[in-house]
Amino acid sequence: MHVTLKLYASLGQYLPPRAERNEAQVEVDDGTTIGALLAQHLVPPEACHLVLLNGIFQPPAGRTAVRLADGDAVAVWPPVAGG
Amino acid sequence: MGWTSKILRVNLTEGTAKSEPLNMDWAAKYLGQRGLASRYLVEEIDPRCDPLGPGNKLIFATGPLTGTAASTGGRYSVITKGALTNAIACSNSGGYWGAELKFAGWDMIILEGRSPKPVYLAVIDDKAELHDASGIWGTSVWQTDEWIKKRHQDPMMHVSAIGVAGENQVLYSCIVNDLHRAAGRSGVGAVMGSKNLKAIAVRGTGGVRVRDFKAFMAAANAGKKVLRDNAVTGQGLPTHGTQVLMNVINEVGALPTRNSRDVQFEGAHDISAEAMATPRKTDGRKNLLTNQACFGCTIACGRISKIDESHYTVRNKPEYWHASGGLEYEAAWALGAATGVNDLEALTYTNFICNEQGLDPISFGATVGAAMELYELGLLSKETTGGLEMKFGSAEALTRAAELVGKAEGFGKELGLGSARLTAKHGKPELAMTVKGQEFPAYDPRGIQGMGLTYATSNRGACHLRSYTVSSEILGIPHKTDPLVTDGKAGLVKAFQDATAAVDSTGLCVFTTFAWTLNDIAPQVDAAVEGGWTPEKMLEAGERIWNLERQFNMRAGFTAADDRLPDRLVKEAARTGPAKGLVNGLDKMLPEYYELRGWTKDGVPTNETVARLAL
Repeated sequence: MHVTLKLYASLGQYLPPRAERNEAQVEVDDGTTIGALLAQHLVPPEACHLVLLNGIFQPPAGRTAVRLADGDAVAVWPPVAGG
Repeated sequence: MGWTSKILRVNLTEGTAKSEPLNMDWAAKYLGQRGLASRYLVEEIDPRCDPLGPGNKLIFATGPLTGTAASTGGRYSVITKGALTNAIACSNSGGYWGAELKFAGWDMIILEGRSPKPVYLAVIDDKAELHDASGIWGTSVWQTDEWIKKRHQDPMMHVSAIGVAGENQVLYSCIVNDLHRAAGRSGVGAVMGSKNLKAIAVRGTGGVRVRDFKAFMAAANAGKKVLRDNAVTGQGLPTHGTQVLMNVINEVGALPTRNSRDVQFEGAHDISAEAMATPRKTDGRKNLLTNQACFGCTIACGRISKIDESHYTVRNKPEYWHASGGLEYEAAWALGAATGVNDLEALTYTNFICNEQGLDPISFGATVGAAMELYELGLLSKETTGGLEMKFGSAEALTRAAELVGKAEGFGKELGLGSARLTAKHGKPELAMTVKGQEFPAYDPRGIQGMGLTYATSNRGACHLRSYTVSSEILGIPHKTDPLVTDGKAGLVKAFQDATAAVDSTGLCVFTTFAWTLNDIAPQVDAAVEGGWTPEKMLEAGERIWNLERQFNMRAGFTAADDRLPDRLVKEAARTGPAKGLVNGLDKMLPEYYELRGWTKDGVPTNETVARLAL
């Protein structure tokens, strides 16, 4: 199945080469968790501060439990803020 | 001690400038800057006065930590009755001007009356004089800055000025210091223009004494270590700036788009921090050159940008080819998503114009967005806009509008009224995304519920900086709450409002609170000035300040009926994203908020609350 991986700010360096506008379509096996997806792309877990699944916040404890569905979008940021 | 204990009182009608002692009893209750100057304003003006009349006063106020070695200790605020809102206004700015005023030996400047002719005020240490400004009236902030420094033969002066927009009393004109830092909101620039005051130039050669030097340095250095070690203030903000929020807020479905018809913008990435840091296809250079810090700041979130010289906006205008203040998140949202424009260079140019002529980019961009909706509904035409095709997504319309408003020419005069008056004039007041006449900023309350209550109850009209619940609801600072629910938001908003009112009264930047709590700030304040400042006392002062501002507004004619949101946000559900199907639940939050505040169901502070806070 396919999901959209979005990595922003300093995490952009972990995107696959074909990524554009900080996102890429990636193929994953059924049952892949958010944590596994990020590990496949070598994103350091400690840098993943804000993790959204289809725009909804995923707490750290749930990232290794929530399994992705076809068409999901995972967006991740390091610690950032603004105002 | 952190105070110079001196106020400069300038009567513009009489042309006099006199020194008077700072009211230390009030300083003990209202801390400084926002709180203390609001106490002076409440004492000295009729809340029902015309904000653009001589009865209004304009106060430039520092805090106890302004000019000290505390990180970010360079802030000052402008307090007055707002031209845009008719409510109490307090607009806060960074840069270097505030610290310089302290170095000159002054805590505060109170300007009253109206000068019979254009003047500027020069404060050089203890000497303060009004000078003829006819030579710079009609020029920009940038030209004024250069002219005054040449006139006084002193490049070390710091200048706070209005542009042509302020002179023409554009209702959302601002006051700009150090070329691109601004007291931005509520039309404080129009008040300055109404007084025929072009600028205040300051040069100080003294220092700032603190009450207990050893304790102060220990507290200040401990605070700096906290900022350095925190991932947000130590790395995130200096590297990416506030603009990193563009993709975050779009992803959570809370980016007000095309005058809030939508909550997600397909062009968000094109105008984001990531885009600013990516080499352009046209010239291979990045929009963002570097970051920049204000006085004493160890965060350095400011953006310095350079526009592509081949872009249509500046192709034949080398005067805009230099590096200058770049896009912050709020400006990029208002100039971009609110208008549907995704041209980063056009937004940067418009931001330059806002700095050059003294316009609040939030209110300007939001007003252009409202005008674009009027245009698409057929309520504005090319005849009424002077030939401008005000279509959503038109970069040309946006940049031309900025030029016209900045100079108060043609259709620009109408846009200068702000969106509330503009939409009312054309029979569609419901299209104004405003509270108390002020355009709301870059967070849609359908996707971030707490921000609806924040906007509705903000004493200076819609504003994110009065209680930035985005910090908790989206970013998880200090703890994560669900942005899509109303439960618990009344208490969250009150807590943010009170704490922020205290921080805004210290001379520090509110961005420190991504890492600091009042436990980090109170020891710095306490070591700088008398008063026995603890975190608890600061929070109490913050609540007192909030209620003082509320009382001013009530005397000015505001009621609970003004604690409302535009119908679009409470009746038209979000169409996409996590908030799809949701409206803002203000009606669920507001009664609980009044109760927590100790106000009646009509939003009036009870006698018990007034007595408890010693108002």
